Amino acid sequence: MQQPRPFTLIAELSYRCPLHCPYCSNPVDIGAEKYRRELETEHWIRTFHEGRALGVLQLALSGGEPMLRRDLVELCAASRDAGLYSSLITAGTHFTRERAEALKSAGLDHVQISVQSPNAEENDRIAGNRSFEKKIAAARVAKELDFPLTINCVLHRQNLDRVEEVLDLALDLGAQRLELANTQYYGWAVANQQALMPTWEQLRRAEEAVERFRERVGPKIDVLWVLPDFYEDLPKPCMGGWGRTAIVVAPNGEVLPCQAASTIPGLEFANVREHPLEWIWNESDAFTRFRGTEWMQEPCRSCPLGRQEADFGGCRCQALRLTGDAAATDPVCRFSPHHDRVVAARESAQTDEFVYRAIKRPVRA
Amino acid sequence: MTRPRLATGARLGYDEVRKEHVLLVPEGAVRLNRTAAEVLELCDGQRSVDEIVGALSERYDGADLRDDVRGLVEAMAQKGLVVDAAA
Repeated sequence: MQQPRPFTLIAELSYRCPLHCPYCSNPVDIGAEKYRRELETEHWIRTFHEGRALGVLQLALSGGEPMLRRDLVELCAASRDAGLYSSLITAGTHFTRERAEALKSAGLDHVQISVQSPNAEENDRIAGNRSFEKKIAAARVAKELDFPLTINCVLHRQNLDRVEEVLDLALDLGAQRLELANTQYYGWAVANQQALMPTWEQLRRAEEAVERFRERVGPKIDVLWVLPDFYEDLPKPCMGGWGRTAIVVAPNGEVLPCQAASTIPGLEFANVREHPLEWIWNESDAFTRFRGTEWMQEPCRSCPLGRQEADFGGCRCQALRLTGDAAATDPVCRFSPHHDRVVAARESAQTDEFVYRAIKRPVRA
Repeated sequence: MTRPRLATGARLGYDEVRKEHVLLVPEGAVRLNRTAAEVLELCDGQRSVDEIVGALSERYDGADLRDDVRGLVEAMAQKGLVVDAAA
């Protein structure tokens, strides 16, 4: 079988971040010794070129907060030079006019700014940091410099009722895209599941608000709305399928098939310091373990809907977390013998208290 | 659509790995055949649709490409990938 070609490279430049979002997808051990030694500039530049040679077209400069890297301008120039389309995935708090102009001149293509809520006070409470005003200022700077702008808002029980305000804010800021990203329960979100899990009623109302907005505003803003996994009964092709479309490079150079893959015990992650990206993609343990369909167990193996190549068994990290076996069928699937655990989790909304993301040890607010 | 141009942030490219033309957009890419790439290259916000048709039919021995060009520009506009520079 011909190997799939990757399309997206997610460069997690640093796990440092001024925000403390309780649903952060970064590993919960971001304070660990192994993440302290971040890649050098030349490692990243080589990785961008190797990614392009493999087929990558889209580069996400992500984190943590990518703007804390002092070589970001150089990395944007290298991305353009390698033939990649670059997106800066930022909290916006460091996106000053001066730095934004330098990034623009270097060839940065697109800016994505997160807001935690369209309400300033709520934004700052969820982010664990006074950041709302800076984010709005950053979005205005991005527009003034003619960057295409995406606003991203991670949704959960404590902000879902404000979806209409999020939509209006994105319109007011002149965003081209709005990502309404329902929380996925990896990383820090696991510890906060009870504070984040929405109700079906909230999701239904939010979805209706999205529909009304789309009809009113048309194609001027592309609104991405995806129902959260926990309210589905067939899994999504996580990351477009394991080792099929995406490559994640952690700040220390480890290469993963998805941001949460480090939670899977026994997977070995090769490092761009030691191996060419092509070998890592084609041959390494982490990328080959769950690629394709050969590794599947029942009920995936004889899927009654023939969806093996449609959803690739869903999410490995979710399978591990809910069943203890990373090779099991994603329990989101109604054919999974563990589907009842997903149904039970829908009932779990209980608290408004967050465990905030922190580099050292988690603190209760 | 008076004078079409690519939406802000959309960039034409050629993918040497897959040997195909692409329109790169924020976090996505649209695969293009050669003709579509040629049409979009001419969507510079200066030319009218008729001028784009004229420029292309010169390249293709006077072939009538009006419907093809209009169809493509409209489909791309529906997706928000082409906008009217005159608007």
